[in-house]
Amino acid sequence: MNNEWPLWEVFTQKKSGLPFEHAGSLHAPDKEMALQNARDVYSRRNEATCIWVVETKNIVSSTPEDVGSFFEPSNDKIYRHPNFYKTPGAAFE
Amino acid sequence: MIKDSEKELEKKFQEKIDRGESIEPKDWMPERYRKQLIRMMGQHAHSEIVGMLPEGNWITRAPSLKRKAVLLAKVQDEAGHGLYIYSGTETLGISRDEMNSELLSGKAKYSSIFNYPTLSWADMGAIGWLVDGAAIINQTALAKCSYGPYARAMVRICKEENFHHKQGYEILATLMKGTEEQREMAQDAVNRFWWPSMMMFGPSDKNSPNSEELMRWKVKRFSNDELRQRFVDRTVPQAENIGIKIPDPALKWNEETRHYDFGEINWEEFYNVISGKGICNKERLQARNEAHDKGAWVREAALAYAKKQASQEFAA
Ligand SMILES: [Fe+2]
Ligand SMILES: [Fe+2]
Repeated sequence: MNNEWPLWEVFTQKKSGLPFEHAGSLHAPDKEMALQNARDVYSRRNEATCIWVVETKNIVSSTPEDVGSFFEPSNDKIYRHPNFYKTPGAAFE
Repeated sequence: MIKDSEKELEKKFQEKIDRGESIEPKDWMPERYRKQLIRMMGQHAHSEIVGMLPEGNWITRAPSLKRKAVLLAKVQDEAGHGLYIYSGTETLGISRDEMNSELLSGKAKYSSIFNYPTLSWADMGAIGWLVDGAAIINQTALAKCSYGPYARAMVRICKEENFHHKQGYEILATLMKGTEEQREMAQDAVNRFWWPSMMMFGPSDKNSPNSEELMRWKVKRFSNDELRQRFVDRTVPQAENIGIKIPDPALKWNEETRHYDFGEINWEEFYNVISGKGICNKERLQARNEAHDKGAWVREAALAYAKKQASQEFAA
């Protein structure tokens, strides 16, 4: 064999206004068929109003090994959170 | 950075699972965890795909247009289930081609239930109600499994199974309100599918060698016997509701345990079917191989077309 169709990642949006979510992946020879297959595999019951497909090889991901150092810079910036600040007596909610 | 030893990694892995966190494709995992999941998920995906065959057998002979449309939609869902799980399994480093050839060569296993023939229309009812009913119980448990992609595929699948389950029950309920002959047909289907459905939960706990490890890894959250009991408790009242008899003389409500007691499964039959000696093992594999061979030109043509389009895009 070894003439496997390329792998694609599928992202679906439930309703306009909502963010796109990873639905899963599939094999397809080209982008048109990737989109059609994505509809048949991941939206048989109106789970999506819009679909993105992207070839898996084009996805860039952070890796679990460098998770510590990669996300480290945000750890010591507690002043980015509103509860860092003292606001005596005033109503903010 | 100092690299953790294998032992240290394994300890961290187990701690992560104990905390109830998910394992994702790029995370470190013991080789055996990977292997076991590839085996389980592969078998599960194959079952969805082969499972289309016994029901596909009745699509052209469904008794009404409505029933035909429903059965078509159900069988299409099963194809979808197979695809969700195959792509989940690929995240563990096995290719689709490899899994496919393992199925076609007979090397890979799939659920023994699909090696029984579908002799009458009532079998579509019995399969939806009992086989999908058993699958729901298995899959609901797997939706909490530690491997993220598997658990996510299960959540998606469980949402669709309720339709499968109910349409099957409705077929039987309708037959049970029909003529004497129709009621007999319904009862006969249940007589044939009850025990094979009970076997879908796998060997009893005392003969389930992988269970301890899979439970520790939270791949399995409940034992085979626990899930089987859950199936019986849920199904018996549904049977009584439409006048179907469960073909087990030992079946009896136990006031003390608050569960149904039931008879011993014919394990010899179970192991026979698993090892390829079921009624339809040959037929199922043959059908899969035929479909694969006959579809070869389509796969090749689609790939050739895609390559041609890509080279023209590049030139333009
Ligand atoms: Fe399914
Ligand atoms: Fe199903």
